[in-house]
Amino acid sequence: MTRPALDPRAGDEAVTIYERSRAGRRAFVAPECDVPEVPVEDLLPADARRDQPARLPEVSEPELVRHYTMLSAKNFHLDEGFYPLGSCTMKHNPKLHERVAALPGHARLHPLQEPRYAQGALELMWRLQGALAEVAGLPHVSLQPSAGSHGELAGLLLTRAYHADRGEQRPKVLTPDTAHGTNPATVTMAGYEVVKVGTAPDGGVDLDDLRAKAGPDVACLMLTNPNTLGLFDRNIEEIKRIVHDAGATLYYDGANLNAVMGIARPGDMGFDIVHFNLHKTFTQPHGGGGPGAGPIAVSDRIEPFLPIPRVVAHGGENGGAPAFDLDFDRPKSIGRLRGFQGNFGVFVRTFAYIRSLGGDGLEDVSRTAVLNANYLKARLGEEGIAEYLPIAFDRTCMHEFVLSGSPAKERLGIRTLDVAKRMLDHRVHPPTVYFPLLVEEALMVEPTETETMERLDHFADVVRSILEEAAEDPEIARNAPHTTPVRRLDEAGAAKKPVVRWRPVDENPGDPGRAKDASASGTGAM
Amino acid sequence: MAESYPEDLKYHEEHDWARIDGEQATFGVTWYAQDALGEVVFFDPPEVGTQVTKDQSYAEVESVKAVSDVFAPLSGEVVEVNEALADSPERINADPYGDGWMVRVRMTDPSEVDALMDVDAYQELLRTGS
Amino acid sequence: MSRYTGVTEQDLREMLSAVGVGSVEDLFAEIPDGVRLKRDIDLPPGRSEQEVFDELAGLAARNRHCDAEVTFLGAGMYDHYVPAVIDTLLSRSEFLTPYTPYQPEVSQGGLQVMFEFQTAIAELTGLPVANASVYEGPSAVAAAGYLAKLETRRTKLVASRGLHPHSRGALRSHATGYGMDVVEVPLDAEGATDVGALAAAVDDDTAAVFVQQPNFLGTVEELGGLAEAGKRTGALAICAADPLPLGILKPPGELGVDVCVGEGQSLGNRLDFGGPSFGFFAAAERFLRKMPGRIAGETRDVDGKRGFVLTLQTREQHIRRERATHNICTAQALNALAGVVYLSWLGRRGLVELAELMLRRTHYARGALGLEPINPGPVVREFAVHVPDLDALFERARAEGINPGYRLARDFPEYPDGLLVAITERRTRADIDRLAALAAAVREVVAA
Repeated sequence: MTRPALDPRAGDEAVTIYERSRAGRRAFVAPECDVPEVPVEDLLPADARRDQPARLPEVSEPELVRHYTMLSAKNFHLDEGFYPLGSCTMKHNPKLHERVAALPGHARLHPLQEPRYAQGALELMWRLQGALAEVAGLPHVSLQPSAGSHGELAGLLLTRAYHADRGEQRPKVLTPDTAHGTNPATVTMAGYEVVKVGTAPDGGVDLDDLRAKAGPDVACLMLTNPNTLGLFDRNIEEIKRIVHDAGATLYYDGANLNAVMGIARPGDMGFDIVHFNLHKTFTQPHGGGGPGAGPIAVSDRIEPFLPIPRVVAHGGENGGAPAFDLDFDRPKSIGRLRGFQGNFGVFVRTFAYIRSLGGDGLEDVSRTAVLNANYLKARLGEEGIAEYLPIAFDRTCMHEFVLSGSPAKERLGIRTLDVAKRMLDHRVHPPTVYFPLLVEEALMVEPTETETMERLDHFADVVRSILEEAAEDPEIARNAPHTTPVRRLDEAGAAKKPVVRWRPVDENPGDPGRAKDASASGTGAM
Repeated sequence: MAESYPEDLKYHEEHDWARIDGEQATFGVTWYAQDALGEVVFFDPPEVGTQVTKDQSYAEVESVKAVSDVFAPLSGEVVEVNEALADSPERINADPYGDGWMVRVRMTDPSEVDALMDVDAYQELLRTGS
Repeated sequence: MSRYTGVTEQDLREMLSAVGVGSVEDLFAEIPDGVRLKRDIDLPPGRSEQEVFDELAGLAARNRHCDAEVTFLGAGMYDHYVPAVIDTLLSRSEFLTPYTPYQPEVSQGGLQVMFEFQTAIAELTGLPVANASVYEGPSAVAAAGYLAKLETRRTKLVASRGLHPHSRGALRSHATGYGMDVVEVPLDAEGATDVGALAAAVDDDTAAVFVQQPNFLGTVEELGGLAEAGKRTGALAICAADPLPLGILKPPGELGVDVCVGEGQSLGNRLDFGGPSFGFFAAAERFLRKMPGRIAGETRDVDGKRGFVLTLQTREQHIRRERATHNICTAQALNALAGVVYLSWLGRRGLVELAELMLRRTHYARGALGLEPINPGPVVREFAVHVPDLDALFERARAEGINPGYRLARDFPEYPDGLLVAITERRTRADIDRLAALAAAVREVVAA
């Protein structure tokens, strides 16, 4: 089966902007120098000055625009198609958000503008804090962390400060073996030792194992609920009791929040600290790898340690308008985790989303997300698919579910990797593959609520056709993709001999036709 | 290379082998280990002179998508490291028992050899997973 | 159903039938009653796009932004001119909406952008390996500290007071986690890092020394000497650098610096009240396998075609988990795209011209203001001065729609009358002369 590449021209051989450069070309014209043109040598000592300019590109504006436009043509993206990536929540990015984020009052506001001249921004942050607190069921919010991982780090630094304040040293943090990799990585960065807790046959936390490990040397249990198998842990109340009885904090990884808004709040489940991924549940566009934001909500006992500055409101009683401010006077704070106040541009989009949907709309999001996932799971549970890609845990799922590609590997000779690569030819993005580690040949599927039923049906049809095709000829999937700008890439070679920057062949980069020669001769990292 | 487990080697449950040669022993990983890892892209050896301890990790081996600890079947002092693996780590896949050898140690406690498996026991381990 | 979902009554019937339940509520049957939210989410109901726009516009209108006043405010983020090509390119769905490029065959655009970005950062910093971005400047400093810990296994970090207060703050709070102490080295009477004090603070347990170039006051530091003093006992020399001045300043990599990080907002990104922007992270070759974050590498596909992939992923959290070089997952890819487009727009000559323009205007401004300098040595785009009556200056300036700069007192109590003045290419001579007139008026009043 042949299908045109993403864009017919996208199949052209890659040329970097450095190779397009020609000495002397420029896209930039400097503003006129209206001050005396004192020689640079008089203003900077020789040993501080560069000898040679940085070897940046030399291109005109039209070439600049064409280069990056043609690069963009090689990207699959959410506005064109389905992205059922588990735990990524690739839902539609509402277009209003770019318009409001671009308003000069947001985009052109300096972070150190005096608070009295930034009341709109501070009020937005204050109200966003309140909305997230309501969704989480925890009253105190910091918007500062830059991404989910950063929020996780904040959570463990808060935990550390909380225990230290009580005079306790607890060296361990528990994470389930199904945890996302950021959890254990964060544990180490926060100076703790990871202890893994097992998973029970029903997919939830193994309570006996948790009881055995939840001792006085444990600072925290990090959990996602629903977990990375898409399953809601029915024992969450008992888990909370075990952890709190041991004197530890309970941390909620909010990656899967899309399943439970308006249904069950992490604060009500007993969590002390929650992080949100604004680039997941709250529609911040993924941008090919960020930006995002990872705000946190915490309980009363954790509040004193929150990062500074805090966004606070004064006055506002008796019908007067409140004034908003940044408060740095928090003696027990863990300090700041980054510059300024956080990713405000992301807050603008998130706030617009929450105002657009309202409380009722957010609840509708979770209901629809769970409905869509269960429907897709049912479609993929049909004969012709299920015997090759069975569900890993046969329970009602939440917003995502995990299939195992082991039978497909044994019976059809195609691995989950091959199924994923063949999906690219069908112009859908594959689900998350080979995670969670607990499931062999895993496929983690999260459709999100913004996909219509017919989109879900189409995906099921794609999966069916790939499996049918593999029964006839597994080589097609094993060699997929066939219709993308490049096909399977030599990742081993890229890791063995990393080439992580372009290197000039000589001082005058020359024409793109030389790019092939340059690459062929091997441009190493030195 | 086809799956194989030489008779003259001793095996450790973490899929490492030892070839005993007088007071010294050479270590590497088994065919099973390299197959599970996929194409090896990086091997970070310990320095000559390092003490390695039986059952503890002494190095890491990496493929594109995985990192694995390499476990010492026996305790000893590292006397030689396979330098060729720096440029050609894929030797570990192509010839895990020959060119893909990793380190050579002077054993500190040769009686530890008794705790290792012979080829039949190791293949039984692979078959049953226990 | 909302404007973003689409489950019709018909759809609902078919879907519930396929799943085999009677209602959506049945899908939540396993959630224990004790944790169910038994009321609605207490937030106002949803509104139309138009109403939401009006509300957001109303909030935006209550912010005094950089088009509403002439600003000399810097201190880590700067009012630079962002070219229109960036708006055009960044608004493309193909750059704005895709996921992280874990499926490289359909992500060659994003991966090549990363590769070109890494190249540009390597050129600016003079260090051969750079990653595809970290969050922003101050947390990049903290990440560099973590690399120093992984590399040396020592427990002390030495940081110049010339580092941005937010960088020092982020370093301290992260170091509390990964178990290291931070020792601060003072500035000398000229507002530069005291090299003697730095050398004295370094011992056998020092993992790294940190300096900023130019430093927070705008001083061009003597980077070579500082790096040498820092590395005497085997510590890493880490520099937090402002990228635009690197157009004319000697690259840290040529002066013995091992790791160079920094804040990328100046490179084609919005002010956005402090974020999102990006952090850059570049290092000497030997640290490649300990670097945080994503790295794009060049390779070939099965047909021999040139292509790009995320490489050395075994460093990262999704593979190495508790032994990862950092926990970062989502970074700042879109902002890094703006960065590389901006640097490509400026180009080899343009970056030099822009930096030289800022240098000359900064020099002119320091002279024109006629205020006693806190840091009289070489500066490139920012400088600090003593102001006899800051409140009076601000009052007069605000009345004329001018923001004179950043008051140093809170972060540097040793300069209670200090003002940090930033000069970008947007500050014309006329703007500077107006500020100078205000300064003169204040000096007159005080002298009287």
